[in-house]
Amino acid sequence: MSDAKQKTARTVEFRGGGFAPQSKRWIGLVTFILLIIGVEIGTRSGFISNLTVPRPSDVFATFVELWNSGLLWKHLLPSISRLVIGASIGASFGICVGVMIGLFSLVRAGLVPLVAAIFPIPKIALLPLFVIWFGIDEMSKYALIAFGTFTPTVVATYGAVDNVDRSLIRMGQSFSLSWSTIVSKIVLPGAMPGILSGLRISLAIAIILLVAAEMLGAEYGIGAYILEAGSLYDLERLFVGVVILSIMGVCVSALISIVEKRLLLWRI
Amino acid sequence: MDLRLENIGHSYGTLEVMQGINLDIPAGKIVCIVGPSGCGKSTLLRLIGGLEEPTIGRVVQVGEPPSDSLNPLTYIFQDFALLPWRTVEGNISLILKDYGLSDAKAKAIVSDVLSRTKLTDFRKALPKQLSGGMKQRVAISRALAVNPAVMLMDEPLSALDSQTRELLIDDLVNLWTRKPFTAVYVTHNLNEAVRLGHSIVVLSRRPGKIRKIVEIVKPLAERGLGDADLDAKQKHLWNLMREEAMAADQELINV
Repeated sequence: MSDAKQKTARTVEFRGGGFAPQSKRWIGLVTFILLIIGVEIGTRSGFISNLTVPRPSDVFATFVELWNSGLLWKHLLPSISRLVIGASIGASFGICVGVMIGLFSLVRAGLVPLVAAIFPIPKIALLPLFVIWFGIDEMSKYALIAFGTFTPTVVATYGAVDNVDRSLIRMGQSFSLSWSTIVSKIVLPGAMPGILSGLRISLAIAIILLVAAEMLGAEYGIGAYILEAGSLYDLERLFVGVVILSIMGVCVSALISIVEKRLLLWRI
Repeated sequence: MDLRLENIGHSYGTLEVMQGINLDIPAGKIVCIVGPSGCGKSTLLRLIGGLEEPTIGRVVQVGEPPSDSLNPLTYIFQDFALLPWRTVEGNISLILKDYGLSDAKAKAIVSDVLSRTKLTDFRKALPKQLSGGMKQRVAISRALAVNPAVMLMDEPLSALDSQTRELLIDDLVNLWTRKPFTAVYVTHNLNEAVRLGHSIVVLSRRPGKIRKIVEIVKPLAERGLGDADLDAKQKHLWNLMREEAMAADQELINV
């Protein structure tokens, strides 16, 4: 058509970009490095006073000193063992109770209000109580961490069980599968994504409570180290402790990512 | 084994969805159930297989199921209901778990049904890797694995595109011709009904009652896409349903 020839032709503009998360591996690390370099330059130039934030290079030097003196492992190992034992007790009980709540209406009716009641209690406030119950040494620390991990795990687990595709359970029943097969082969694998993302939160809470527990009556441990540095206003050592905690958090999160990758290959 | 529905009625609270359904499902035949949306055809299928209890009436098994039938009443679902974390093979072996079969026997059954549905090459695939048609083939072979006396098919081809649907109709006809099975086939697609049904039960809209039963004598294997006599039957069915479907479409949903 001759009309069409005279009209201007232009390419339709692309407007469908964005909103699609891509994995960009090193950007996270770059953020950290830029931030640290920024603080380093700021403290060296005097733009940030030494009282506000310690110089990153000094913090690093303190860390090396801690490493060389052998005290790092003396503090770190008890902390890790407390975290592992406390969190595993709390998470395994939490998953059991959460699955029971998801499966049995009676348990749900009885326990959901109870869990809702203990969830918002700051567990740190209960530390003296745990000391009376379990003594000043390791048991009370395990108990505090376990108790703190328990409630969020329960909530995440029963939510995950509730969200298992009912049509899959129907399918199991239609093939006359036994109750235990339906639970172990359909409900639990189906709830796994929700349980794992719940664990991310529970384990972060476990690290917070670890420090709280160690601030009371622990000779060694990252919490004790931070408390000591804090009471002396030794900011370098305080920051070393905080950085170690952050690294622990990153490690836990990476660990869960690995488990997710292995267990949840089937997800789209 | 035949099935007989005796005066089935069903209601949800005060809402009556089904009323006075009497129907015989003879062994070796495919009975299609069609009806306007919301007439309770899927509910009827759940009642037949015991996934739901009828408010009144009962479903009777006449005669014993064959002794080698593991799960006499077996469903095929519209959404396939495959476990996404299990492979094709794993999905089929799961449902054989509770019948106390030896490993070798279970393996033999799995490879037999996979070869009957031409899925042998896909046995290690996960559901996410399969197309809709392949997923439904897996579900069909899973149903065949328990050697059902009656297959209860709930809109099995409705989630598929029309080309895939045509292929799967051929597959089902082949399976039936090689070894006739009994089936209750719920669908809203009248073409599927005239291609696969030995008899077609037309339900009225809510409360669902049997409006008419249309028999088709032409053998399944001789039916094809666009046969004039099947088209006439399909038109006949549509005329039976047209007003009901229109009325059902304009109903306010208030369930």
